[in-house]
Amino acid sequence: MRFRLPRKGLPQIAAFVVVLLINFAVSPQFFDIRLQDGRLFGSFIDVFNRGAPVALLSLGMVLVVATRGIDLSVGAVMAIAGAIAATLADTHALPVVLLAALGAGLLCGLWNGILVAVLGIQPIIATLILMVAGRGIAQLITEGRIVTFTSPELARFGGGAILGLPVPVVLTASVLAVAVIAIRGTALGLLIEATGANARASALAGIETRTTTIAVYVWSGFCAALAGIVAAADILGADANNAGLWLELDAILAVVIAGSSLLGGRFSLALAVLGALTIQAMNTGILLAGFRPEFNLVVKAVVVLLVLLAQSPRLSGVAVLLARRPA
Amino acid sequence: MRRPTSMTMLLAATMLAGGLNAVNAAELTVGFSQIGSESGWRAAETSVSKSEAKKRNITLKIADAQQKQENQIKAIRSFVAQGVDAIFLAPVVSTGWDSVLKEAKEAKIPVILLDRDIDPAGKDLYLTAVTSDSVHEGEVAGKWLAKTVGTKPCNVVELQGTVGASVATNRKKGFDTAIASTSNIKVVRSQTGDFTRAKGKEVMESFIKAEGGGKSICAVYAHNDDMMVGAIQAMKEAGLKPGKDVLTVSIDAVPDIFKAIAAGEANATVELTPDMAGPAFDALTAYKAKGTVPPKWIQTESKLYTSADDPQKVYDSKKNLGY
Repeated sequence: MRFRLPRKGLPQIAAFVVVLLINFAVSPQFFDIRLQDGRLFGSFIDVFNRGAPVALLSLGMVLVVATRGIDLSVGAVMAIAGAIAATLADTHALPVVLLAALGAGLLCGLWNGILVAVLGIQPIIATLILMVAGRGIAQLITEGRIVTFTSPELARFGGGAILGLPVPVVLTASVLAVAVIAIRGTALGLLIEATGANARASALAGIETRTTTIAVYVWSGFCAALAGIVAAADILGADANNAGLWLELDAILAVVIAGSSLLGGRFSLALAVLGALTIQAMNTGILLAGFRPEFNLVVKAVVVLLVLLAQSPRLSGVAVLLARRPA
Repeated sequence: MRRPTSMTMLLAATMLAGGLNAVNAAELTVGFSQIGSESGWRAAETSVSKSEAKKRNITLKIADAQQKQENQIKAIRSFVAQGVDAIFLAPVVSTGWDSVLKEAKEAKIPVILLDRDIDPAGKDLYLTAVTSDSVHEGEVAGKWLAKTVGTKPCNVVELQGTVGASVATNRKKGFDTAIASTSNIKVVRSQTGDFTRAKGKEVMESFIKAEGGGKSICAVYAHNDDMMVGAIQAMKEAGLKPGKDVLTVSIDAVPDIFKAIAAGEANATVELTPDMAGPAFDALTAYKAKGTVPPKWIQTESKLYTSADDPQKVYDSKKNLGY
């Protein structure tokens, strides 16, 4: 596996495997993989490829949540980054396009971070501002239409392959690796957890909680911009009205499935990615199963409920009690 | 010498009459309460309305409601206060118009609905409604497919619009009706692509895998062109040849689908015309000049476009409309 197996991730890994097995049951060709134009092709690959944008968002979201925050603006930031990338793609060199799109993401993150850490606005409200206004900004950039591009360099971020693996998958894995090394390899992770667990005590202990908080929002903006580039490259265009729409909720769900507490403190980067992949595995399974579309959301809700129930400490306590009681 | 003189007089008379007509039309002022600019089609409708008004020398005042009914009601009230000759309304919702439309009626200002109808209870409050029939659009798409495949067996996959949207329900109904009598055409898979390119592509990807690499798919029907554009990409990435191996038919006629038709990657699209104002202006001028009361519903044409209709030329004419 690409992940270092975390000690506490057993329920999450089990949930992912179960969803995959259900997919296999409803669609026997689920694990069939072949090479198509130098790129791995199959439903199992789709789970990783289609899951990449939400996985990237959740890598940003998980750190924000660890500081007891939340970032509702990630979907809108995706739309902004995608709009910028698509608008510039055919007239500018790739590095300029990427710098502009990622730079916009960093700026959006900085804006959120300042609202939360400096002005002390509650995260849910502070990021709600950009969630609403950001989509408007993206629409202004695209003038309300779907801006298409032909640049093959940018298209590679959605449809390209490295050693047969789709580029979005490679990107997500790289971001995960970099984040794990930077955050778990240093004291950074501890600082983030401390800020989330008790900001006041951490500040008294000499932790720069303000800088830490701004930094996690900037990181979230960066991840969202990367997801926006992938999404735009995928459809060879920027759809400001729909790109990233409601994906902030999927990202929050991924983080929760990963066992992170919305009250801050503990977090796991790898499990957040796994959470995002579990959500996508569900989506792919629903599409393969051939249910009527009216059932999509109900099926998804039931599976999410089951995954969360399986993780509930109180419920497992009840189960242990029931098991102990003599019959 | 008599003949040329009478000719000149006739000519002069015609010119005078023509001039008078132009003067009459120029006196017409129409207020248009537009929903907003939520989609490319809406932007195209606004720009076509402007050009159609200009063609007829009509002064058109457009109020953008930004998806809010209260803004539309405000706009109608202000049009009534300004004493315009007619009001066009693209209603954002179907109910709640009674009192404001009564005010317009009391002021003797005819109201014409564009693109969407309102609740039947308000039928006597407007002059006419110019709308497309989305069931009919689905029928045109289905009939084209039935005609194209003939008696060959054909498995169709369907990309539906947003679940619960009336346009999606109607376009599905129309298509199903059109292929109901042909036992060789079957819809084998049907899922929602939410009217977007990204979802259209994702859903098509899984259809291809679920149908044995897409070899058993004979045609794709999408409730709008955007989903089809995404589906075409999915087919190309899976090594299929859309437009050749797999037939495509979708609805809306947005510029990008004409690019695909010109490239041989799509086969047909049914137009949802952005020209709702043109027929409305015609009905209005006839009503003002001769008192002709138009029918309660003016149905716009649902024109089918294929590669035979010079797609490149259509693309060029549509690309600057704001889609």
